[in-house]
Amino acid sequence: MRFMICAAPDPNAPKTEGAPPSDELIAAYMKFNEDLTKAGVLVTSEGVNPGRQGARLGIKDGKRVVLDGPFVETKELVGGFYLIDVNSREEAIEWALRCPTGIGHDDILTILPMTNAEDIPPEMMAIVEKAAPTWLRTFWKKK
Amino acid sequence: MTATATHRAIDAVFRIESAKLIAGLARIVRDVGLAEELAQDALVAALERWPASGIPENPGAWLMATAKHRAIDVMRRSKRIERKHEEIGHAIEADQQAAAPDLEAAIDEDVGDDLLRLVFTACHPVLSTEARVALTLRLLGGLTTEEIARAYLVPEPTVAQRIVRAKRTLAEAKVPFEVPRGEELAARLSSVLQVIYLVFNEGYSATAGDDVMRPALCEDALRLGRILAELLPKEPEVHGLVALMEIQASRARARVGPSGEPILLLDQNRARWDQLLIRRGLTALSRAEALGGAQGPYALQAAIAACHARARAAEETDWIRIAALYTALAEITGSPVVELNRAVAFSMAFGPAAGLMLVDTLVSEPSLASYHLLPSVRGDLLAKLGRDAEARVEFERAASLARNTRERALLLERAAACARASARTD
Repeated sequence: MRFMICAAPDPNAPKTEGAPPSDELIAAYMKFNEDLTKAGVLVTSEGVNPGRQGARLGIKDGKRVVLDGPFVETKELVGGFYLIDVNSREEAIEWALRCPTGIGHDDILTILPMTNAEDIPPEMMAIVEKAAPTWLRTFWKKK
Repeated sequence: MTATATHRAIDAVFRIESAKLIAGLARIVRDVGLAEELAQDALVAALERWPASGIPENPGAWLMATAKHRAIDVMRRSKRIERKHEEIGHAIEADQQAAAPDLEAAIDEDVGDDLLRLVFTACHPVLSTEARVALTLRLLGGLTTEEIARAYLVPEPTVAQRIVRAKRTLAEAKVPFEVPRGEELAARLSSVLQVIYLVFNEGYSATAGDDVMRPALCEDALRLGRILAELLPKEPEVHGLVALMEIQASRARARVGPSGEPILLLDQNRARWDQLLIRRGLTALSRAEALGGAQGPYALQAAIAACHARARAAEETDWIRIAALYTALAEITGSPVVELNRAVAFSMAFGPAAGLMLVDTLVSEPSLASYHLLPSVRGDLLAKLGRDAEARVEFERAASLARNTRERALLLERAAACARASARTD
């Protein structure tokens, strides 16, 4: 079973001014990455650069608009996601509990199960196969 | 958390921690069987206490500390191993005192080496292959006896007994808890790789039962392979095996049809291949090749799998390269099964007649006498050459030899199709 683990700042937490992550936090994160890899559960992971390099689009009354920035969550904690393959939801949660995020900040970790083949109704699959055969190559579903 | 939820969480913790726990304990008590029992005791203690106290911040360290205390108790109570107790008891106490300020670090220390020792002990040649498989899944995969029994479709007591006997054998043979060195390493490593690949294959092409695949076993094997790859990063064949499993696993979804029937490689919808696993597999393969291991048996098989993975459509497959890789593989393995695959590759690269010529040399091979894929391949080549009546006989023979019900149905269907085709020509 595949799960995505991603961290986001707790929206209710007081905003902290952009201090870069401490060496200690980075080291803790790297240890976590190392542990996931050595346990054979990490499928892939990506880091996300701080918010001010990103952008936001809004859709209002059917119109697409680039929203004015910056929208930075002031904290500079590097975000990202992990994709892990484990035996159960509980195991995914157990790994997430070991993620060092939240040290010095209030964060919320989200643990999301990836869509399984059986989650997609056959009629929807037929549309997907017809309309997006190329994309489907890169799309992952798993029993 | 409800009691059930806590239990499930504890199970998850244990699955993550048990191999490290058993490995660390085995280093102390020098007995894998005892180490496993101590780890189980720690699990029982957790099941008793955590529902009330909550799961500790560092559950791995808690389990290890608890198990170490039990180890001391067991050692003290045991009259039979009085002397050992003295040595080991002191060692543990010294260990604990030293480790007290930072237990977590103490456990992490050398955990890789301990795991590696555990891998080699579980796959020790004094054990039967079945015992190696069961012990590896139990000690390293963290599977319960019940889970192993379910995966292998055998009664739970059978697996339990297999494990008890294996632990006894290890103790009686006084198998040291260590990583083999020098020349011995290569032979012992190949036994470890074989065990992992056996587990994978049992999941990938179930030899018995109603399902073509038992994905959980594939995942367990893949995880074990990935763990081993990081424990022995300089061993090319470990990466070769991981590459092979990653790429084969990438096809897991495409190789079973909607009603559970098997779909052959060339008929698979490649859109359903998992590109993420393919990428991982290709990376592992290049690690094996960079270490000079391109000609290893697993790396060669992975290279063949990679040829398929790289082809966007079945027609784009580089069969000539696959035929060459199979020739290299046949040379180093001398395996008739590989020869059979080589024949298939030749038929694809140079036509069915070329393949059939190679297959025909295998017909009298005793080790393939009850191997259903031999008549199945022969039937396929004969059908391609329009020799439907002969093909039908082969497919029927193949069906009678196949143990998997789904596979048997597919073969009978092909036999029937040949019967219809030969009726039309008659």
